[in-house]
Amino acid sequence: MSRRLLDDEDPDRLYTVTGGRSRTDAIALDLVTLIVSESEPAPGMQSEHVRILRMCRRPVAVVEISAELAMPVSVVKILLADLLDTGRVSARHPVSGAAGSSLPSGDFLRKVLVGLHNL
Amino acid sequence: MDSTTSELPTRTPLRATASNGLKIVVVGGFGVGKTTMVRAVSEIRPLSTEEVMTQAGATVDVNNGAYAKTTTTVAFDFGRISLDEQMVLYLFGAPGQERFWFLWDSLFAGTLGAVVLVDTRRLADSWYAIDRLEHHGTPFIVARNNFEPPVHDLSAVRGALDLSPDVPLIDCDARNRDSAKQVLITLVNHLYALSTARENTP
Repeated sequence: MSRRLLDDEDPDRLYTVTGGRSRTDAIALDLVTLIVSESEPAPGMQSEHVRILRMCRRPVAVVEISAELAMPVSVVKILLADLLDTGRVSARHPVSGAAGSSLPSGDFLRKVLVGLHNL
Repeated sequence: MDSTTSELPTRTPLRATASNGLKIVVVGGFGVGKTTMVRAVSEIRPLSTEEVMTQAGATVDVNNGAYAKTTTTVAFDFGRISLDEQMVLYLFGAPGQERFWFLWDSLFAGTLGAVVLVDTRRLADSWYAIDRLEHHGTPFIVARNNFEPPVHDLSAVRGALDLSPDVPLIDCDARNRDSAKQVLITLVNHLYALSTARENTP
């Protein structure tokens, strides 16, 4: 698929891809949750699922999958929720090191700084 | 706008040990250099994607028959930096326009912090972004991008933006890797100061 999905205004296709569902549990996936395949694609699988499984042999963030499939983030989350349900992928959720407050701990931020200085 | 010539790979896989994704958002008006800055520090060529939302601000319900009529699309760019074996920093370039902020909570909750990238010729473009970041309680710094030599000194910019003295304000050249890196370091130093101040408060 080379055309940008929303450029050609094709909601029917989005509807088909997700089986017409919206899933609230898909919201638990963050843009930067890393997805890892736990199995190879099986015959008869939906093509988007096949692409995700191939793409995620190494960890890939939800937002990268969205860019690669040229599909909105919320649609990709629904596709991923299906794969998570059946154990075909696993999710590595972001951990900010924040305790109680919204700011990460000093220790955590020091590690980030070390990484940035090493760029 | 994209003046760097270095060719970055599109699909460089992450390390197998990568386990923790972090977010920093670069907010700024059209043409201010967001994508340029992301490109300058990213290990991949910047990618773009989009999110759809209903006019009311919720993310799309694809079960809704009126899908096409009630949704708006917000596009954003991103790049990434592997910080160590586990941590991967995703850097998002996001438009500061009004409709974008409806998506802040669904896309950018948990963001470490933000960089407001400003162009002195169009400072007014940044007022709204600064106001929204304060509203969301997201720590931020302001970086003035100098594609051309600056005319005003930074204290004038601080005054014009009505910026609190606690918010760092720096100059940068978004095309330059070291300069863009320094912007990120300034932001994380700011977060570190805020975090340790809080930890030391009984």
